[in-house]
Amino acid sequence: MLTIVCGHYGSGKTNFAINYALDKAKEGKRVMLADMDIVNPYFTSSEYSGILISNGVKIISPTFATTNVDVPSLPASFHSIFETNDEVVIDAGGDDVGATALGRFSKKVKEKGYEMLYVTNMYRPFTSNADDSVEMLRSIERTCGLKATAVVNNSHLKGLTNASTIIDSLEYAKDVARSAGLPLLFSVVPRSLIDQLPKDEYFYQADVYVGTIWEKGED
Amino acid sequence: MSEKVLMKGNEALAEAAIAAGCKHFFGYPITPQNELTAHMSKRLPKIGGTYLQAESEVAAINMVLGASAAGVRAMTSSSSPGISLKSEGLSYLAGSDLPAVIVNVQRAGPGLGGIQPSQADYWQATRAAGHGDFKLLVFAPSTVQEMVDLTGDAFALGDKYRMPAIMLSDGILGQMMEPVVMPKDSIARIPERPWAACGHGDKREHNVINSLYIEPPVLEAVIKARFEKYRLIEEKEQRCEEYLTDDADIVIVAYGASARISRSAVNAARKEGIKAGLIRPITLWPFPTKAIISRIGNAKTFLCVEMSMGQMVDDVRLIVNGKRDVRFFGRTGGMVPTPAEVLGELKKIKGGI
Repeated sequence: MLTIVCGHYGSGKTNFAINYALDKAKEGKRVMLADMDIVNPYFTSSEYSGILISNGVKIISPTFATTNVDVPSLPASFHSIFETNDEVVIDAGGDDVGATALGRFSKKVKEKGYEMLYVTNMYRPFTSNADDSVEMLRSIERTCGLKATAVVNNSHLKGLTNASTIIDSLEYAKDVARSAGLPLLFSVVPRSLIDQLPKDEYFYQADVYVGTIWEKGED
Repeated sequence: MSEKVLMKGNEALAEAAIAAGCKHFFGYPITPQNELTAHMSKRLPKIGGTYLQAESEVAAINMVLGASAAGVRAMTSSSSPGISLKSEGLSYLAGSDLPAVIVNVQRAGPGLGGIQPSQADYWQATRAAGHGDFKLLVFAPSTVQEMVDLTGDAFALGDKYRMPAIMLSDGILGQMMEPVVMPKDSIARIPERPWAACGHGDKREHNVINSLYIEPPVLEAVIKARFEKYRLIEEKEQRCEEYLTDDADIVIVAYGASARISRSAVNAARKEGIKAGLIRPITLWPFPTKAIISRIGNAKTFLCVEMSMGQMVDDVRLIVNGKRDVRFFGRTGGMVPTPAEVLGELKKIKGGI
């Protein structure tokens, strides 16, 4: 299965993609994470290759990812995602600009079969309501030539995220899915908050991997 | 929708500039500040402003000069190598007494260097932004919220003192995301600019904006008057934040992203019984000399932490003037110090006290 994770930059795609890949590996599946973000200079999934590799997830990174070189390009090994029987998670770059790199592979992606998860965050100004979020989704779909298959609500405020941050976003998530004509897969939540959230909603419990060097400490 | 939104440093700064009434932006792309120009290109045409991608950094800074001379709030942004290209225009802006905001999202140098974060443009911003005797206001944000708040201040103080202001950010602050409260567009109060060279229908004398002075005594007098203004700014506009400095044996001095890292190290040191504190300069010019002087009495050692080979440490040593030991720890070339490395330095110093 090929799972593409796309969304507005800052929606939390990368953190979700890392969690999703690690969880599939925990289920005993062979997993490959393809970092297609050749737009952002930092905070890409390639920076977290240590934790991925140590948990058995293979990672394919852009040629000069995490270095000082500003030449965005994908390695030849990227083509192995179409040959493998592993579960493949593609972390697409942010916005329509970031998803452009995916467009080149759209035919092969369609041949292989895929799901494309559109990650959205209500607390990002450009996707703060259903209309804007769906407009973002459509521009991503246009540039990469692929259609999203489900919506993932990843509404959060980084370190300030609490139960009400999530609860306040649940209606928004349903609005985005309804307007996009897609199913809402689940809302992604920090593992520590699950007991404070309603029992009748679908939640995906995630850990926080993406952040600055001091956020991993205590600051 | 909650009052707080999640913003990337670069886009938050761009949005804050718009909220401050800046509708004229001239730039040229460079990593890691590209989101700033991209955001301006999307937003300014929608509000009747001008976004112009110039043919070069030199052109962009001179367009800023022209826009500012015509009386509007104008901005340009770049990263280290691009700022070097703008140095001629920065000197002309200062020599013409024009306000403008120049953003430097620092990356590694020298030369093309690299795209990873850096703070090695401190000397450039505070001492050598261009040729001639002049100063620039230099602001050092350390959170995405400060990328917003200090941008408003940079425009306001630039107007007040009729001089350019630099927002000295770095790649981490530009690229990272944090929750912020954005200002309302309506709060921008742009002061009158009676000196502007804008159309007036022959109702007054022409305003001339120029940095060329034919007579040396006149130029000397102009520069001396400017330095009198600088002295006033050094007196009134120093800004910093102090953290746990009251009883600190070791006072770290760090700005921007290095201050965030140092604050984590201070917290870790306190848990181990090391009395560490932090002075975080918010203005780099004027440098917060008063705060440093006030800590010379209690502190046994100062430690400067920078993403450079040591630049701001010169200013701290000048202020401390040999009365206390001033140490330095830094990483360079796009490498970022970790809280653990800074804690290690604090332990070394503690061992020697």
